[in-house]
Amino acid sequence: MSLNAKDKSNVKAIFAKAEPRAEEIGVEVLSSRYSRHCISFICLFILLLLFRLFTVYPQTKSYFSHWKDFTAGSAEVRKHGLTVMQGVLRAVDMMDNLNTSLLSLSELHAFKLRVDPANFKIISHNILLVLAMLFPDDFTPDVHVSVDKFLAQVNLALSVKYR
Amino acid sequence: MVEWTQEERVIIKEIFSKLNYEDVGPKSLCRILVVYPWTQRYFAHFGNLYNPEMILANPKIANHGVVVFRGLEMAVQNMDNIKNTYADLSKLHSEKLHVDPDNFQLLADCITIVIATKMRSAFTPEKQATWYKFLSVVVSALSKQYF
Repeated sequence: MSLNAKDKSNVKAIFAKAEPRAEEIGVEVLSSRYSRHCISFICLFILLLLFRLFTVYPQTKSYFSHWKDFTAGSAEVRKHGLTVMQGVLRAVDMMDNLNTSLLSLSELHAFKLRVDPANFKIISHNILLVLAMLFPDDFTPDVHVSVDKFLAQVNLALSVKYR
Repeated sequence: MVEWTQEERVIIKEIFSKLNYEDVGPKSLCRILVVYPWTQRYFAHFGNLYNPEMILANPKIANHGVVVFRGLEMAVQNMDNIKNTYADLSKLHSEKLHVDPDNFQLLADCITIVIATKMRSAFTPEKQATWYKFLSVVVSALSKQYF
């Protein structure tokens, strides 16, 4: 199940869309790499994704036992959500070379974090869900299958160093 | 025996009350047939499934989408007894249709995505958790009569 040209273009297009909801989010620009709109999209995504993960799949909290606050407004959730999303966006940029570009992340997840790879599937499903909620008209079945294939490749690349 | 809180019952009934089966049914089926194309093996007799537009225009798909949601409605109306309510349906899927039960989860995921496109931000994490629990019980019940 490899990514064809249409898949790559579908993935780049859906992740490039920005939501003009900066007023609701109110987060500072953390990096000059992203526009303000892109940051607000990321933050909306984070709020929708990570908090959702902890509510619907409470077992995912087991990896964050050192956190004090799992609510939507938590600084820990927002900071980590941004880390995850920046990782996903980096994977979109490096789509043609995932195994190499995600090697250090794979080592981190395998040797240090020791996240059960089953959780990659959970987070992938919820990324799809959040995309469907944010972009219901753009997230057509064709785009859905492209993003699903892309996320499966990301999960594989993240699992490379596990054993 | 699955325990449902009053809040969970209200959430499930509320989500279903807003669904137009003629709309979400075909869309859910279309999504599984496109995203997981191996599932087309169960619908070879439905005719043209060549691309999403043709799938959505296919009257057999449209009809079957409604059938699937009417089936889910049975579970909504018998939330305290989904396993027994689905005993015959489970036998049908196992003995007559020969559907790999792994596909039930794939369809559940596609139905969830379609509902998310309809409900958008109204599909809160709390509602998603309840919806996920409901579909897990449905998938388990449908898989029960496989031997």
